[in-house]
Amino acid sequence: MLIEEDYITEEGDFVVNIGPQHPATHGVLHLKVWLDGETIKHIEPHIGYIHRSIEKMSESLSYRQFIYVTSRMDYLSAHINNQACALTVEKAMQIEVPQRAKVIRVLMAELNRLTSHMLWWGCTGLDLGAVSPFFFAFREREIINELMEDTCGARLTMNYMVPGGVMADLHPDFQRKVKEVIAQFKVNIHEYDQLLSDNVIFQERVKGVGYLSKEDAISFGCSGPTARGSGISCDIRKLYPYDGYENLKFDEIIEQGGDCWARYKVRIAEMHQSMSIIDQLIDNIPEGDFQAKTKAVLKLPKGEFYQRVETARGELGVFIVSEGGTTPYRIKYRSPNFSNLSALPTMAKGCKIGDLVAIMSTIDLVIPDVDR
Amino acid sequence: MTLLYSLSGLSYHIQSWLTRLLGNTMAVLVSEMVIVGLCLIGFLVLLSFTLGYMERRVAAFMQLRLGPNRVGPKGTLQIIADTIKLLFKEGLTPTNADKFMFNLAPYIMIITTMLVTAPLAFARNFQIWDLNIGVFYVSAVSSISVIGILMAGWSSNNKYSLLGAMRSGAQIVSYELSIGLSLISIVILTGSLRISDIVMSQQNGWWIFKGHLPALIAFVIFIVASTAEINRAPFDLAEAEQELTAGFHTEYAGMKFAMFLLSEYVNLFIVSALAATLFLGGWMPFHIGSWSGFNHVMDFIPSSLWFMGKTFFVIFIIMWFRWTFPRLRVDQLLNLEWKYLLPISMLNVLLMTLVALLGWHG
Amino acid sequence: MFITEYFKTIFRSVKSLLTGMRLTGYYFTHPSKTLTQEYPDNRKELKLADRFRGEVVMPHTEANEHRCTGCQACELACPNGTIKIITKQEILPDGKKKKRLDTMIYNLSMCTFCNLCIVACPSDAITMSQDFEHSVLDRSKLRKILNKPDSKLMEGVE
Ligand code: SF4
Ligand code: SF4
Repeated sequence: MLIEEDYITEEGDFVVNIGPQHPATHGVLHLKVWLDGETIKHIEPHIGYIHRSIEKMSESLSYRQFIYVTSRMDYLSAHINNQACALTVEKAMQIEVPQRAKVIRVLMAELNRLTSHMLWWGCTGLDLGAVSPFFFAFREREIINELMEDTCGARLTMNYMVPGGVMADLHPDFQRKVKEVIAQFKVNIHEYDQLLSDNVIFQERVKGVGYLSKEDAISFGCSGPTARGSGISCDIRKLYPYDGYENLKFDEIIEQGGDCWARYKVRIAEMHQSMSIIDQLIDNIPEGDFQAKTKAVLKLPKGEFYQRVETARGELGVFIVSEGGTTPYRIKYRSPNFSNLSALPTMAKGCKIGDLVAIMSTIDLVIPDVDR
Repeated sequence: MTLLYSLSGLSYHIQSWLTRLLGNTMAVLVSEMVIVGLCLIGFLVLLSFTLGYMERRVAAFMQLRLGPNRVGPKGTLQIIADTIKLLFKEGLTPTNADKFMFNLAPYIMIITTMLVTAPLAFARNFQIWDLNIGVFYVSAVSSISVIGILMAGWSSNNKYSLLGAMRSGAQIVSYELSIGLSLISIVILTGSLRISDIVMSQQNGWWIFKGHLPALIAFVIFIVASTAEINRAPFDLAEAEQELTAGFHTEYAGMKFAMFLLSEYVNLFIVSALAATLFLGGWMPFHIGSWSGFNHVMDFIPSSLWFMGKTFFVIFIIMWFRWTFPRLRVDQLLNLEWKYLLPISMLNVLLMTLVALLGWHG
Repeated sequence: MFITEYFKTIFRSVKSLLTGMRLTGYYFTHPSKTLTQEYPDNRKELKLADRFRGEVVMPHTEANEHRCTGCQACELACPNGTIKIITKQEILPDGKKKKRLDTMIYNLSMCTFCNLCIVACPSDAITMSQDFEHSVLDRSKLRKILNKPDSKLMEGVE
């Protein structure tokens, strides 16, 4: 992050501390904002209010145990975080994951992405002052959460992906319920447009706001919809496919605008893509084991292992250094939100306070993932 | 019979009773003032309870929820429970606040809103003060409330409050113009600023029907601009929860906060009542040309019910706005006023003058 | 032209706003679409998924028997030390000494409901219950002993 000396406070500068307790920061993010009237001159994000030292903690946990903690990083795409860890362990131990497990994983990950984007949509509305979208977003999200509860036993921090596959087989009702909710969502997603996307006030609020150029997006290491809104192709599912994404037909959504509106459109289009992926898989779940046979105690060979996945917010990288023992020597997560947050001062410069809220909501920050 | 039906009869009886009792005109006047004041306070508190409950329910139904449904039958007592909660809260004053101003601001808000209720015609011949410049009085006095907001924002010694207050200042000053112009366009038709005259002039049809297109445009502009004037979403920039936490009343708690809330609801009522009076005929029943049977049935409904019904209809529309739209940004808010509402309402006044000159408003 | 563009903008904007209002208006007039679940009034109908992870329990049979052998696999699997197994030496009828479960302490306030202990248990002695109303007024009540007093190991479980 930028250090305090980077910006010299001038005489008469109006400095406002937004956060750590603030309705729009989606958690405990602290933004120090220099204002000129309503216009933002400079922003300094201060992070670390919810640092739980997940990386350090994982060093004392076994390779089965460290996965559950990652649900608490980006809790809105908990499945995908768990999947990343499981993939890294599998890669290191060269475990062959059964086909059925792979399909279940992709299904769960895409459902998770859908719920995450739904919540994001609701929060975007909420941040811009429209309260109703929030409740509309929760309608389908709630059904999917219940579905998760059926199969995984939890709604948010599922801990369902384990090295070698998934923890339990699908619930017998899973397929029927998924089909129902997807059919329902395909009808109801038009309400999203009616309520927010087509609304003239909303469009005015997001169009041309928070511009992030392609170069800046690359230099800040942005990923996910934030970077794709600036015209960068960075979908890990396409570029470095894992768990069978290579066999699926879906588009990488790229918008050239670079503003909040582009990022908004990317996410909305991604929901459609996720639904199409689910459509392709839901009737074609292969029979077989849901978990590969693994030893009770996992031991990674000596070495360094890296695996990246595409979470709902961008690229999550898991880096494990192993000394050959049962616990990792060092774990490092490359979290998408941290890099995306670092682009915020650039995006918000010259905008109004109201725009700052819009920008933050279209980056879709999850603060526990920034701090870890 | 008259007593049952008309509030004016009731007020007349009270007056004659007081005159007999006290004899002295001055004493009658004073005691009447006290009675009116107490009634008004009671009415406004009751009103804001109703509006608070209505707002929660309307919001809930629009958002696929149920809203308050635990305290009392169908949750009607929820708002009373909340009031009790607010009563028991500590009325905190920040250390570095300008204490006098800080404590004065909520009273200014309440006083102005109560002042504005004076010329409103609640029913046939039932008005607190039927002064001859009624409409002008309302628009003049209601703009004092911005002083209350500025005071609250400035004296709180909080940057969020200050920003909220400044926004609200800019907002109310500019939206006052369109409100004024849309009021004027009705005054052109009536030729009088007196509220009772305006209501009487709608005996054979409400202005929104009689005034043709210009009246309709004026009505829409009035609703939009007054939503902005009373700081409600989508123009609630002075509060703007997601940007400024609570804007100008961030630092207020307990009863002082309740006063802001009260004045917000009363303001909502006032602008809706004004819209109902000017455009929808106030307490005038709905009449259709020569259907005397129908008109007679309509006359049978008490005038106070007509007035309240129309007012709550307008209130519902304003609530509907709030629970549907995102908030505007501060520069867009001013754009909307100066680039769209103001030119259109100016043009509209011209059109209205034309209508009045040609005598189309029959 | 500028003027036509101006009025077109107004028309488009008003239309988009009315679309939104129609949607909220639709739901306002259709209260049957309400999604609210009136917990706790609906406690009776409330049906949680059977895999829902509410808390770790140890099922006992009517004869007060459980399946836990005291092997401590769950204790090892738990990432945050929620479970503590205390074992005792028991002398079997044939005179052999055998390790048996004495107490299984489960600290609900620390549990993250990750299901790892359940998966790790070789004899299916513990499961997740669907009870989720955990609030108590005294924190010490969250420290639970899972095996009932005087309970025995079920016959045939090793
Ligand atoms: S569910 Fe997880 S945290 Fe809870 S006792 Fe079992 S292993 Fe430990
Ligand atoms: S509960 Fe299961 S894993 Fe734990 S000690 Fe008993 S038998 Fe072993």
